[in-house]
Amino acid sequence: MSVIVDISHRLGGFAIEARFESAGRLTALFGASGSGKTTLIDMIAGLIRPDEGCIEVDGRVLVDTGAGIFVPKHKRRIGMVFQDARLFPHMSVAGNLRYGRWFTPPAERYADFDAVVDLLGIGPLMNRRPAKLSGGEKQRVAIGRALLASPRLLLMDEPLASLDEARKAEILPYVERLRDETKIPIVYVSHSVAEVARLASDVVMLAYGNVIASGPTGAVMQRLDLLPAEERGEGGAVLDTRVLHHDEPFGMTVLGSAAGELRVPQLAMKTGTPVRIRIRARDVMIATEKPRGLSALNILPGTITAIIPSEGPAVEVGIDCNGATVLARITEQSRQALKLHLGGKVFAVIKTVSFDRANTGAGLPAEADG
Amino acid sequence: MNWLLDLTPDEWNAVRLSVKVATVAMLASLPPGILIALLLARGQFWGKTVLNGLVHLPLILPPVVTGYLLLLTFGRRGPAGAFLAEHFGIVFSFRWTGAALACGVMGFPLMVRAIRLSIEAVDRKMEAAAGTLGANSLWVFATITLPLILPGLIAGAILAFAKAMGEFGATITFVSNIPNETQTLPSAIYTFTQVPGGDEGALRLTLISIVISMAALVASEVLARRVGRRLDIE
Repeated sequence: MSVIVDISHRLGGFAIEARFESAGRLTALFGASGSGKTTLIDMIAGLIRPDEGCIEVDGRVLVDTGAGIFVPKHKRRIGMVFQDARLFPHMSVAGNLRYGRWFTPPAERYADFDAVVDLLGIGPLMNRRPAKLSGGEKQRVAIGRALLASPRLLLMDEPLASLDEARKAEILPYVERLRDETKIPIVYVSHSVAEVARLASDVVMLAYGNVIASGPTGAVMQRLDLLPAEERGEGGAVLDTRVLHHDEPFGMTVLGSAAGELRVPQLAMKTGTPVRIRIRARDVMIATEKPRGLSALNILPGTITAIIPSEGPAVEVGIDCNGATVLARITEQSRQALKLHLGGKVFAVIKTVSFDRANTGAGLPAEADG
Repeated sequence: MNWLLDLTPDEWNAVRLSVKVATVAMLASLPPGILIALLLARGQFWGKTVLNGLVHLPLILPPVVTGYLLLLTFGRRGPAGAFLAEHFGIVFSFRWTGAALACGVMGFPLMVRAIRLSIEAVDRKMEAAAGTLGANSLWVFATITLPLILPGLIAGAILAFAKAMGEFGATITFVSNIPNETQTLPSAIYTFTQVPGGDEGALRLTLISIVISMAALVASEVLARRVGRRLDIE
């Protein structure tokens, strides 16, 4: 399964010139607002006709302006979850869910109604009207509606952007389940580092209508210099880890990663569960010798592989810890005082309490057992 | 009450005819009304202003002028009238069908206005969402647009019905005032006022006319409220 996009399009004074290819489980289109993410996803869905270029999904050409091909949206079988849910107000939740299914040719209906309802936990909402649902419930129903049309590809256009933090935390685990338990590839538009680092397998980074980086999440998210200014503070290394054991008396969970063991506040996850964590660069300190008499619990030895000037007084230091890269943002003054240089042996120091829900991700309450 | 309902056969006929003419006029103008409203609300074509003007013309012209124009085009010797009579056997002049046509034309701008407003209020993003779920434009119209504009549709239809119940000038000019064929309530009232001792009949029919119009209005309110509740607009 792959998505290939190569288009150029003008919208008033704004020009989009984008090319990318992704075969990931969940590809994030990531960039500041106004970078052209939504326009791109609208083109994949068939809501906007690009001036020039081609779009291919799963080997099927949907748009090729050169050959005069433009498959209309209702024949693309691409599910879309909009930021504003867009549930049909004159139908019940059940009516909304069945809508897309009804238009799918019977031979191509792979989505199982009960399984999807179960996956999203929307069973109790069936007879309600959309106006009587909370923001989070609406978005879950919208996801279910798109899934039940048995799409070849699922597009999600900032599905969490209009929700508050509590509602976001409510939906995120469902998106993770969607990514892990269904076979549908997902293209996910977002401007939030936290969401992308947690959900995406691949990232396409956009700025001013152009693709400025693309590839696996861990690699792309290390380019802190490319992050939108307002999200730079959230930037940092993305590590794939596994729950080793829980330290009940102290309320902590110990995660194993390539870089070494990490102690984080207790996660409601079983031993062995994979956990993706994001270590914000601003939360990482650097020591030139193994610190003693320090409260921070996570001390990872490594080698400096990159020193990149950042905005203001800061520099970003990349530290290779046994194959996994950790990023630290420190001041230029500190760098000079510690005489940090490429190839230098250092220790990355991270406080346990700098990890929270936003950068570890907590399991579904139903899975909680410890 | 007996006094009110003690109608002569001719008066009863006028009431029945009026209701029939208004109902037919309303139902027959619904499909073209929706079509024209769609064109005006969403179409981008040359001559849109002209079409809009034509639709609204009956609202501005003296009804007698509209009636006379109908007589010229749909009369026995009018181009459209002759064609329809010859090929489809549909005759308008001096028939109740002609009264329905006149009433329909007079109510048309009111109906189109109401429907057009409700179409313009429909969130087109809903239609786009339906499209991504596999519905083609006809299905989108039938399952999304039409239900969402239902309140406007009802309002437009009732307005057209009420207008048809009261139409006088265009009808009497086009199809005259023939008892049992084209004599609607207003024509009958007018006739009563033209003969000595007709006051009582005129008053009876006036009251009936008020009752029917009020009933139509209340019915539309109730319907619109029920649909509105379904849409959770309230």
